[in-house]
Amino acid sequence: MGKKKTLNYAKYGYIFSIPFVVAYLIFSFYPIINTFLIAFSDLVGPARKDYNFLTGDIFENFKKVLDNPIFKKAFMNTLKLWICNFIPQMVIALLLTAWFTDTRSKVKGQGFFKVVFYMPNIITAATVAILFSTLFGDPVGPMNDLLKTLGFIDKPVKFLTKANVAQNIVIYIQTWMWFGYTMITLISGVIGIDPAIFEAAEMDGSNRFQTFIYITIPCIRTIMLFTLVTSLIGGLNMFDIPKLFIANSGPNYATYTTSVFIQSKAFEGRNLRNEAAAASLIMFVIIVICSAALFYIMRDKDEAEARKLRKQALKQAKLASKGV
Amino acid sequence: MASNGKVKLSSGAQKLETARLVFIYVVCVILTVLCLAPFWIMLVNSTRSSASIQEHAISFIPSKYLMDNWSKVLKQSFNPFTGFKNSIIVSTCSTALAVYFSSLTAYAISVYEWKLKNAFFSFIVGVMMIPSQVTMIGFYQMAYKFGWNNQLFALFLPAIASPMMVFFMRQYLQGALSHEIIQSARIDGAGEFYTFNKIVLPIMKPAIATQAIFSFVSSWNRLFEPMVLISADEKKTLPMMVSLLKGDTYKQEFGCIYLGLFLTVLPLIIVYLLLSRYIVAGVALGSVKG
Repeated sequence: MGKKKTLNYAKYGYIFSIPFVVAYLIFSFYPIINTFLIAFSDLVGPARKDYNFLTGDIFENFKKVLDNPIFKKAFMNTLKLWICNFIPQMVIALLLTAWFTDTRSKVKGQGFFKVVFYMPNIITAATVAILFSTLFGDPVGPMNDLLKTLGFIDKPVKFLTKANVAQNIVIYIQTWMWFGYTMITLISGVIGIDPAIFEAAEMDGSNRFQTFIYITIPCIRTIMLFTLVTSLIGGLNMFDIPKLFIANSGPNYATYTTSVFIQSKAFEGRNLRNEAAAASLIMFVIIVICSAALFYIMRDKDEAEARKLRKQALKQAKLASKGV
Repeated sequence: MASNGKVKLSSGAQKLETARLVFIYVVCVILTVLCLAPFWIMLVNSTRSSASIQEHAISFIPSKYLMDNWSKVLKQSFNPFTGFKNSIIVSTCSTALAVYFSSLTAYAISVYEWKLKNAFFSFIVGVMMIPSQVTMIGFYQMAYKFGWNNQLFALFLPAIASPMMVFFMRQYLQGALSHEIIQSARIDGAGEFYTFNKIVLPIMKPAIATQAIFSFVSSWNRLFEPMVLISADEKKTLPMMVSLLKGDTYKQEFGCIYLGLFLTVLPLIIVYLLLSRYIVAGVALGSVKG
């Protein structure tokens, strides 16, 4: 009887999933296919509704993008901006996590600090970009004012016309926006660890540093992987801040990222939609490879080893039962 | 137990302990200043006259030129009312759609036994991480073909399919929903749809509240999609208008720039001041389950 009932209700599983499936097919699945097709087409210009596939070299758009020095520059920028903001962000977040989750002495005012540190993350990135470019403006930006008042400089500095400085400010903004988020994520991971483990470590005479390195970090490995992968995907798609921080991406394309490349190729100038589509597919493949590699590197090695052994044992048992 | 179990520290170790705590507080206070200073400067400077900002760009005391700046802001191309209206429409609709349909989809996955259930769930997890940069050019081409560009619905209808939110809702339902409740509703003769709306949705309230906040904030902040789809001035959202503040019309009007910036984030700041504890807890919740 029970079986009959579940069979009866099964159709609601399908019915309730219909809106999601339909919306996904229209707004995500079809567009992805469309992007894929456009990458092999001659779609150029702002006002074309249809496109034809390339007849000559089918990979022409991909080749053009990969040969484009500006794309290479944008890719290197994107990588640099991501790596240089991820490392300090992770270090600060880990340090704060170690302090805030310490069982031997509680840091007071934690709730307040968490709320304040997370705040930059919630504020519109577009606004943050313009705000910082105003803060670092010359000759009357607050940063110039501060440095002058403190006596570090005599005349205003043109921060945004120096490629290196511009990049570093973008890195600073990204770190500033994300360290709080990473910290809260890591803290929640530490809270989930069984307190008995820490007690046992303390009993065995492990000091704070040892406990953090040998117990806490291995226990939050999955959460660190989660943070790493989401940050990587976000970082390789970095758009809002580089797009708005300095008009035309600053001196010598200093803050030009691949997402800005894709957007400006497709919707500005000559509207080279086909090349932009090819560039976005290239980025997608890179993201998939990177996340797969990260999962592979960070996988639980003991677990993988055990699974391998189990498989082998199973195989042998099968062979034995077949009497080979 | 803590007071009994505590080993008495020697005076040297105690000093070290105090020094450590002082160091922690110093670092935290520095980080607090770094986090709040840009917003404080923005807030204070939006009340100051451009002339006094030019003299000294940093001040800690608000001045009385807020209304002055306000009337100047309104005279230029930056129209906060239109942007505000469009942003509210897009954020509210996409939040409502995302929350309702994600709950419905999550309910379908976690309550009913159907053949494609597991395949469907794996699919949702698989597509969760696909960035919008990949869909956008194809999406724009489709939207352009059907005349959907410059339509606000093109910005919020896609929220019906939010894989990430379905994933979180499903995790929540697995823990919070007991099948007895659904069984007893069925015995009482409730239809499946009625059960979902009247019994399951109220149970999901805590998850809905957290997800709604995040959905609202993220769609309020969105720049890439509107920038691609919208070109008409009267359909622009607030983040798109922010870049107008850097334009030539405001070149020397620093007070106006700061006020304009402040206006774009005012709703977020209000939401955050009221709900910060829940928001921080929500970040923690989401990551543990993810």
